[in-house]
Amino acid sequence: MLAYAIRRVGLSLLILVVVMTAMYGMVFLVPGDPASLALGPRATPELKEVLRERMGLDQPILAQIGIFFGNVLQGDLGTDVWSKRPVLDQILEVFPRTLLLGVVALGWALALGVLLGCAAVVWRDTVVDRMLGVLSVSVISVPSFVIAIYALILFAVWLNWLPAIGAGEAGDFASQARALILPAFALGLGWVGYLARLIRASMLEVMEAPHIRTARAFGMREGDIVFRHALRVAIVPTLSVLAVGFGGILSSAVFVESVFSRPGIGTLITAAVEKRNYPVVMGTVLFMTAFYLMIVTTADLLIARLDPRVRDVLRS
Amino acid sequence: MTAVLEVQNLSVAYRMQGGALQAVRDVSLSVARGEVLGIMGESGCGKSTLAAAMINLLPAGARVGQGAVRLNGTDILRLPPAAQRALRGKSVAMVFQDPMTAFNPVLTIGRQLADFVGAHDTGLAQPERLAAMLTRVGIPDARSCLGRYPHELSGGMRQRVAIAAALLMQPDVLIADEPTTALDVTMEAQIIHLFRDLRTSFDGAIVIVTHHLGVIAELCDRVAVMYAGQVVEEGAVDAIFHDPQHPYTRALLACDPAVVDPSSGRLPTIGGRLPDLSAPPRGCAFEPRCRVAAVSCREPVPRQRPSAGRSVLCHRGAE
Ligand SMILES: Nc1ncnc2c1ncn2[C@@H]1O[C@H](COP(=O)(O)OP(=O)(O)OP(=O)(O)O)[C@@H](O)[C@H]1O
Ligand SMILES: [Mg+2]
Repeated sequence: MLAYAIRRVGLSLLILVVVMTAMYGMVFLVPGDPASLALGPRATPELKEVLRERMGLDQPILAQIGIFFGNVLQGDLGTDVWSKRPVLDQILEVFPRTLLLGVVALGWALALGVLLGCAAVVWRDTVVDRMLGVLSVSVISVPSFVIAIYALILFAVWLNWLPAIGAGEAGDFASQARALILPAFALGLGWVGYLARLIRASMLEVMEAPHIRTARAFGMREGDIVFRHALRVAIVPTLSVLAVGFGGILSSAVFVESVFSRPGIGTLITAAVEKRNYPVVMGTVLFMTAFYLMIVTTADLLIARLDPRVRDVLRS
Repeated sequence: MTAVLEVQNLSVAYRMQGGALQAVRDVSLSVARGEVLGIMGESGCGKSTLAAAMINLLPAGARVGQGAVRLNGTDILRLPPAAQRALRGKSVAMVFQDPMTAFNPVLTIGRQLADFVGAHDTGLAQPERLAAMLTRVGIPDARSCLGRYPHELSGGMRQRVAIAAALLMQPDVLIADEPTTALDVTMEAQIIHLFRDLRTSFDGAIVIVTHHLGVIAELCDRVAVMYAGQVVEEGAVDAIFHDPQHPYTRALLACDPAVVDPSSGRLPTIGGRLPDLSAPPRGCAFEPRCRVAAVSCREPVPRQRPSAGRSVLCHRGAE
């Protein structure tokens, strides 16, 4: 298990290095000189030169990458070209909000998705199953920012039940919670459908297994079989999808945060891209990649723990 | 003796494209308390289908055409689903062929046994009771076995666990579908040994499905020989082994590796194949493969009862 964990973490680190290098290279392929942009149209060539030097842009590209890696290892993701604040500080300031949004969105989606997926299995091939199928596919196919816009119009503008923008009053839990409802709803809805379908498919396969017949032969209730025996087997493949899905959720959060003008990684990165504030863009992408890899790796290790067969294969 | 389990004129068919495969055809059987009934026949003759029908847990696509399965006098096929469920595991328990796949791979043995028993009586699902039953079926260190996952046990151990699970609720009938087929020879011998112990210690009825003549000879009081979905011969094991009357039974006994003269160097086989069960013949199903068949064998076959407790489905058997 330890060897597996080390191998898995090592692989993640390797991916991270590749991403960092690729990203650094890519920034220089995008048209527009960061120094000119940072200083605006009226900057003199001398001023631009000074800034380039300060940003290390006058060095050969390999040296630049070396400096970049060195800085990252020291926890320095660069400095905001405009505000001169460290990028990491800005990220850490808004990241908890995005994380909270993502966790709440995926959390309610998982809870409802698993429930609906199981319901579709318990009542398979009935009206319930078919209706859940149609509903799931419909919500999957609508992008979350479209849901966000309609949810905003309906619940915030017309019905005026929930706040339309912002993240709630600082220090006021109820207000923050209310501000979270619509974004989390918009972000999670597609995943309810997706997870319901996924659990249903995974579960139907498990329900054909001989051990389910054994459970039936011993008179277990169908609901108990589904929730206590089949779900434990069916959830394992779903877990890795969930980890990848969390990455997807965080990237959809970019759009949803924009719709609700909610401070977070999404708003941070959109603003930075607009202004070619490339240290912020790079720092944020790097941070999110690292975070995403961490989640996926944790999920893999968790699966190895949950499925005793995988655990044993890894041990030997 | 009164029968605990009685199968009456049972027919089961599998729905298929362009018709139905008649896997069990007009089968009548009964088994009493303390009795061990064997069901034997070659692969595909409908043994597993019949066994599954005995707890009305047929695969998807199977339909009971007619007939009844009476458990202590009640036809379980006509009970509402909840009432059927209440009987499964409690009044009639099943041991399946493949112990490798019969248990949930991600739950411990203890948890699964507790869930099986708990489906009927949560009060009985204590670890001490579960461990005691595991000990009884010959599992060493039963306590630690409860905490293990199925893949950590050998096939023979798993089959013991399956038998323990079936015995936990002290059912009236224990049905075992090929309980030794998936095991190697030593484990098979151990499981046969365990069943032999059960003959004295278990007071319910036992039904053993097998194509292993040794299992029948060792364990069973009576045997029903199946061919193409029908019981072609039934009677006491001794009587059938010493004086088989149906040509199929005779051929089957002649194929037993244990009785074949080793100097001949090869096993006899029954030539030909099972008839197409989606359109079974009007007359005797064995007629195309039978050495003593006559023209009259193409006519519907009457069931002969040459002596008490004996039945033969053959035109020629009566002669
Ligand atoms: N789920 C199913 N769907 C369709 N046909 C089936 C199904 N299960 C069994 N059959 C068919 O029904 C007939 C009887 O099968 P069954 O499994 O009862 O035989 P068996 O005597 O138990 O054979 P074996 O010794 O191979 O286990 C066979 O012809 C088989 O092909
Ligand atoms: Mg079978």
